[in-house]
Amino acid sequence: MAFLENKFFLIALTFIIYLGAQWLQRRLRVTLLNPILITITLLIVYLIATDIDYDTYREGGDYIDFWLKPAVVALGLPLYRQLKTIKKQLMPIILAELAGCVIGIVSVVVTAELFGATRDVIVSLAPKAVTTPIAIEIAQTMNGIPPLTAAVVVVTGILGNLAGFQIASLSRVKSPIAGGLSIGTASHAVGTAAAMTRSERWGAFSSLGLTLNGLLTALLAPLLLPLLGY
Amino acid sequence: MVIQCSVIFAFLALGELLVYLTGAPIPSSIIGMILLTCSLQAGIVKERWVDRLSDFLVKNLGFFFVPAGVGLLRCLDIIKAQWLPIVMATLVSTVLIIAVTGWVHQLARRTGKHFSKK
Repeated sequence: MAFLENKFFLIALTFIIYLGAQWLQRRLRVTLLNPILITITLLIVYLIATDIDYDTYREGGDYIDFWLKPAVVALGLPLYRQLKTIKKQLMPIILAELAGCVIGIVSVVVTAELFGATRDVIVSLAPKAVTTPIAIEIAQTMNGIPPLTAAVVVVTGILGNLAGFQIASLSRVKSPIAGGLSIGTASHAVGTAAAMTRSERWGAFSSLGLTLNGLLTALLAPLLLPLLGY
Repeated sequence: MVIQCSVIFAFLALGELLVYLTGAPIPSSIIGMILLTCSLQAGIVKERWVDRLSDFLVKNLGFFFVPAGVGLLRCLDIIKAQWLPIVMATLVSTVLIIAVTGWVHQLARRTGKHFSKK
């Protein structure tokens, strides 16, 4: 059935599954029923069941993926709306980002090593907290596995999206500034999507977190990984 | 809507141009975002030129990640072989990043306030 791999059908399927997943989450209020997670899982099941490969799905998926870049540009607006607060707290923000970036890279490498990951997997995981293009760039230069990096980046984002608030409040990170910043630092734009639903302030600081951690990781990962032995 | 698209894509194109010219290893979208913030602040771009499209894109950010996530399909073998370190590393570091970033910010802010009072 060639129709099952028609790109417009695949786009429609992606929208409809997401719509259904959103509806389900609103009805049942279970955080684990994250619409992004459900849609990805169901699409993977569909592609395996119908024996369609990823490249075929991408012919439709690319039209959705295309909007990622303009959407990241659009984060400039909420960021602008919070610029006054950012200027006032420049020092605490920079210190927090430096700490988050370093702890992120070091903790991934140490934990993965502890549980016996191979070298190529470890360097693929190292930049997983930041946005996909930066993470892939780092994985590539360190001879990692870029598709694995891309997948883990999204999974990390979903984790921050569905559990970020709980983790923040359990670790007594209370203020919208500190909380937003840390969710964006840990789980880039997917975490930011959740922060945006809480308030624009959470969302703007999450955007700031993803930006600063993206820049810092691009600068620091190539220096830190050799220090850790990679 | 034409103004809105023009501005957003102009900034994205500007980001692409800067990456093309400098070869910087930073995504064009992040450069575009920073330039948009600066231009709004400088008054070159008015908020009402971008607000509707921006709010729409930002609200649906998560959805645009679905195709990238489906890419997991390409590395099911590696994940099957090393799922434990992958899952543990992701969990541990995500929790640590959120806690440490938040703590350092709250601590630095309290210390800063303390010193500015003196």
